[in-house]
Amino acid sequence: MSKAKKGKVVSYNKWGYIFLIPFIVVYVTFQLVPLFNTIYWSFFEYYRDGMTQIGPNVVGLSNYIQLFTSTDPNVPTIFDYTWNTLIMWIMGFVPQIVVSLLLGSWFSDNRLRLKCQAFFKTVIYLPNLIMASAMAMLFFTLFSEGGPINSMLMQLGILDEPFKFLYNTLSVRTIVAFMNFLMWFGNTTILLMAGMMGIDASLFEAAEVDGATPTQVFWRITLPLLRPILIYVMITSLIGGLQMFDVPQILTNGTGEPARTSMTLIMFLNKHLFSKNYGLGGALSVILFIITGILSMIVYKFSNNND
Amino acid sequence: MASNSSMSLQIEDSKNTGGVKARRVVAYIVLVAISILCLFWFYVLFINSTRSHAELTSGFQALPNFKNFKFVTQFFTNFKNLMAGTLPIWNGLLNSIIVAGSCALLSTYFSTMTAYAIHAYDFKLKKAIFTFILMVMMIPTQVTALGFINLITDMKLDNTFIPLIVPAIAAPATFFYMKQYMESTLPLAIIEAARIDGSGEFRTFNTIVLPMMKPAIAVQAIFTFVQNWNNYFTPALVLKKDKLQTLPILIARLRSADWLKFDMGQVYVMIAFSIFPVIIVYLCLSKFIVSGVALGSVKG
Repeated sequence: MSKAKKGKVVSYNKWGYIFLIPFIVVYVTFQLVPLFNTIYWSFFEYYRDGMTQIGPNVVGLSNYIQLFTSTDPNVPTIFDYTWNTLIMWIMGFVPQIVVSLLLGSWFSDNRLRLKCQAFFKTVIYLPNLIMASAMAMLFFTLFSEGGPINSMLMQLGILDEPFKFLYNTLSVRTIVAFMNFLMWFGNTTILLMAGMMGIDASLFEAAEVDGATPTQVFWRITLPLLRPILIYVMITSLIGGLQMFDVPQILTNGTGEPARTSMTLIMFLNKHLFSKNYGLGGALSVILFIITGILSMIVYKFSNNND
Repeated sequence: MASNSSMSLQIEDSKNTGGVKARRVVAYIVLVAISILCLFWFYVLFINSTRSHAELTSGFQALPNFKNFKFVTQFFTNFKNLMAGTLPIWNGLLNSIIVAGSCALLSTYFSTMTAYAIHAYDFKLKKAIFTFILMVMMIPTQVTALGFINLITDMKLDNTFIPLIVPAIAAPATFFYMKQYMESTLPLAIIEAARIDGSGEFRTFNTIVLPMMKPAIAVQAIFTFVQNWNNYFTPALVLKKDKLQTLPILIARLRSADWLKFDMGQVYVMIAFSIFPVIIVYLCLSKFIVSGVALGSVKG
């Protein structure tokens, strides 16, 4: 009897494989095969120089070396693009985490009993759903020389003449970072709030009985218990930050102006994809793949420890 | 604040009442300031899309032109001018809806199916496949873009929607959400009961599992739709033909055009055209969406 039952179970469980077919077939075709193809081309010299097609020739690691070194100090290397990406991520992420922690702790504080919570949550989450490219186009027009921001600052007497926001390294990076902040802090707030609500309420009550101030409760109880979710938020945000593309691409029309100081890694990759430089594009993709792979492993480790 | 229960609570911790009140005031001020920071840009967009080019170049004004409902007529004039221009915006809108809608459908249906395979069955490779999907969840599509473009060029699929829609079937993040949801809402006993009643496995999935997953499917359908509606990177690489381009590509074209020659009123209307539909839909579904984000984060 047990044998018959076992046979029955096995015949059902083959359906597990059948239901997995669409995912596996599509994933292998559109993700894994392209990944190996990308890695393959990264060892080749293969691009167009004007009208002549160069390659494909096997060149080993020279594409990678070319990305990391530069003979001309005016030509940026991958380090410069990584720095651009990271600095714009940090400038957006620091205010994002501060504001999110603050709002999250207010929303989840039972003693504050804030009204209109649903309204505020709706408003702060709104920018996350807006098309990043449209938002970047909007900020481009708002901050352009004849745009409303300059016009307002002049009406208020802060500026005498229009400021060229889009031709200054600091202001371009600040605008990009600000947009990233605006688009992501609502999401982070909701994630952190959910984490805070998951903390055992008796801990807060005990602290209150012992006479702890709200500041003490925040630093001594909320923050340490929130550490796993904070690390998760930080690393997923970093992975997202490395993919930063739409906002600076549209804002600077793909040039990374001024002098490529706002050009991110993916914008650089996009340039190679459009000019069909297989070798350099491939090498850059592989480097990005390795970095995100390592970061993903960290996230994976953390979310497994949480179980 | 005037309700009885909160009054009595306030009296109870009268020692802290002053502190709580002060903190509440600070919280409201900061929240209102942040809300203004979020909405300000869309307000400016709204105002500017109701102005003519001449008005816009003469400087910013904080209020719309209410005289004779000028702001309404000007908005439609700008819109009409935009439609008469070179950007195929209706096509763009339609293409965006087709791509994002198909992605949302395929992604939710097949992610549920994948999650069901892992949730309901026991097979040898189950753990290995599950771990694999979790590991690749974070890998961005951009790093495989080069190979992806080569592949679709070889398959002669460039300038079609297929390379944008079909890959949505394999969506690790959506799968993960579905798997989490199933663990809390889909008891295996129900599947067992369906089997006893003689329902085939595929039919059980379609007629019993899918309806039970409706809330999760709705949340993920919205997110997938928005994500693809906003996607610029891949469509820009795949769609070169004018008639096939989606809204984000049109926005990029607007940016790279010699925009000084442009009627600024039209530019603002074009931006509004791609932003406001999403805002309206969001406001209708916001409660649902915000709680959906929190739901997905429970696991963290």
